[in-house]
Amino acid sequence: MLLVSLALVLWAGAWWMNARLATGPARDSAAVRAAVPLIFGATLLALWELGVRGLDVPMVILPAPSVIAATFAGRLPTLWEDFVQTFLKGALSGYVIGCAAAVAVAIVADRFAFLRRGLLPVGNFMAALPIVGTAPILVMWFGFDWQSKAAVVVVMVFFPMLVNTVAGLADTGSMQRDLMRTYGAGYLQTLVKLRLPAAMPFIFNGLKICTTLALIGAIVAEFFGSPIRGVGFRISTSVGQLALDMVWAEIAVAAIAGTLFYGAIAALEKRVTFWHPSHRS
Amino acid sequence: MSDTTPLAAQGAGIGRSGRVALWARGMRRALVPVLTVVAVLVAFWYLACIPMNAGAAVQQAARADIAVSPESAAERRQMGGLALALRNPGVAVAGAFGQERARLPAPHQVAAELWSGVAGQSVTSNRSLVYHAWVTLSATLLGFVFGTGLGIALAVGIVHSRVMDMSVMPWAIVSQTVPIIAIAPMIIVVLYSVGIQGIVPKAIISAYLSFFPVVVGMVKGLRSPDAMQLDLLSTYGASARQVFFKLRLPASMPYLFASLKIGIAASLVGAIVGELPTGASAGLGARLLAGSYYGQTEQIWAALLAATVLAAACVGALGAVERVLLGRMGMRT
Repeated sequence: MLLVSLALVLWAGAWWMNARLATGPARDSAAVRAAVPLIFGATLLALWELGVRGLDVPMVILPAPSVIAATFAGRLPTLWEDFVQTFLKGALSGYVIGCAAAVAVAIVADRFAFLRRGLLPVGNFMAALPIVGTAPILVMWFGFDWQSKAAVVVVMVFFPMLVNTVAGLADTGSMQRDLMRTYGAGYLQTLVKLRLPAAMPFIFNGLKICTTLALIGAIVAEFFGSPIRGVGFRISTSVGQLALDMVWAEIAVAAIAGTLFYGAIAALEKRVTFWHPSHRS
Repeated sequence: MSDTTPLAAQGAGIGRSGRVALWARGMRRALVPVLTVVAVLVAFWYLACIPMNAGAAVQQAARADIAVSPESAAERRQMGGLALALRNPGVAVAGAFGQERARLPAPHQVAAELWSGVAGQSVTSNRSLVYHAWVTLSATLLGFVFGTGLGIALAVGIVHSRVMDMSVMPWAIVSQTVPIIAIAPMIIVVLYSVGIQGIVPKAIISAYLSFFPVVVGMVKGLRSPDAMQLDLLSTYGASARQVFFKLRLPASMPYLFASLKIGIAASLVGAIVGELPTGASAGLGARLLAGSYYGQTEQIWAALLAATVLAAACVGALGAVERVLLGRMGMRT
C-alpha cells in the first residue's frame, strides 16, 4: 500500500513540476521543451514499477520495468540477432525497394494524365486496405527467410508512398512552371530542378509514414512462419512460454529501432527540405 | 455529348438535371482510367498465374503421362516457374487457371470462393464469410469507438492545457513509431489470463491503432480557427466553453472526418492482426491463418477480398455521414 501511495504522490509531484515548467518563465526554452516530456515518461515508468510491486501483480501478467531492463541487458546477443534479421534484412531492404519503386511509378504516372487519373484512386483505395493480410500469401511464395518479410514490406509501403509522391509532383504553381518554360527547360530538366525538389516535403511525409509500416509488416510476416530468429518469431514463441519479460525486451528493441528509424528520416528531411516553411521558423 | 459542353449549353440539360450531368461527367473522367487500370491489373493477375502455377501444372501433366520438356522430376524442381512455362507452354496454360490449392489462384477461382463463402452458406455457419466478417467488424467498431473517444478527449486536453500539450504529445508520437502490432499477442494472452477474452482484446488493439490519427487530426482541427474568429468571440464575451462548442468544435469537423477515415482503416487492420497470434477460431484474421496453415490459397484470397470490401464499406459509410453532416453545417460538401 505504501508503494502505491508513494506512486500517487510521485505522480502529483511530477505533474505539478511539469505544470510549473510549462507555464513558468522559461517555458519556450529548448531545455524545458525537452525536459517536460522526459519527466512525463520517467514518471510513467516509475508509476509502472511502483504499481506492479505495490499491488503484487504477478510477473506473468505485467513484469516491472527493472525486470525487463535486466532481461534486455542479459540477452543482448539474442536481441541483436533478432534485430539484424527483422530490421536490417527484412524491413530495411523492403523499405528501400518499395519506396524506390513507388517513386519511379509515381514519376511515370505523373507523365501521363490518363495513368494518374486511373492509378491515384486505385492507389488511395489500396493504401486504406489491410495489406498485412497478404503476409501469409507472400510467405508461401518467398519462403520463410527474410525475403518474404521484405516482400510484405514492399507491398505495404508501396501505395502510401505512391499517393504521396504523386501529390507532391503536382504541387508546383503555374507561375513556377511558366518560369521554367521561359528558361527553355525540357521535361527532364523541369522534373529534376523544379518538381522533384518541390515534391520533397510530400515524399518525406510518405517516407516517415512508411517507417512504421515497414516494421509492422516485417514483424507480422514473421507470425506466419520464419527461421528461428527475428523479433516477431521471438515475440510469438515467448508469449507461448509466458516469458513476458522477453516479449517486453523485444518490444523495447522494436520501439528503439522504430524511433531511431523515424528520427533518421526526420533529420534527413530537415537537411533536404530546409527551405520549407515548417523548418524555417 | 463531349466533355467540354458547358452544362448551361442549349439542350445540355435535356433529360437530366445539372447535378446528374455533373456526376456523369465526373464519372466519365474518373471511371474510364480507373477501370482501365483495374482491367490491366486483372489481366496481369491472369498472366502471372501461368508461371506461378507452372510447376504444379507440369507435374500433373507428367503424372498423366503427357510428354513434358525436362523429363526428370528433379530437373524440373530446379527450374523456375517462368522457364518451365516457356518450355511447356501448352501444358502450363492449360493447367494454370483451374488448380486446387494453386500457388496463385486465378481471379475467377477467388471470386467463386468468395461467392460461395458469402452466399453459399447460412449466415450463422462458421464457413460463412459473412459470419467471420461480422466477428471482425464488431471488434473493429468497438475499438474504433474507444479509440475515437480517447483521441478526441486527448485532443481537447492538449488544446486546452499547455502541460498536456508539452508532455503527452511527444509520447503519442513515439507510441506510433512502436510497432504496436508487436504487443498484440501479449495483450491477448495477458487479458485471457485475467479472464477477459473474445471481443475486448481485439478492440483494444484496434483502439490503439485508431486513436493516433484522431488525436493529430482533432488537435489540428481544434486549432484551425484563426485569430480573427477567436477575437470576435472574445469581443462577444464568450466563455471558453462557448468558444469550444460554437467555434472550435464545428471548425474541427472536416479534420475529424479525414482522421476518422484513416482511423477506421487502421482499426480494421488491428482487429485482423489481433486474431492472428492466438489462433482465434472466428474472424477474417482466423481465416487467413487457417488458410495459410492448410495451404488453402483460395480461402486466404477470399478472406483478403472480404477484408477489402469491409474496409471500403466502412470508409464509404463514414464518407457518406461526412457529406450529410458537413452539408447540414453549411460547409463544402
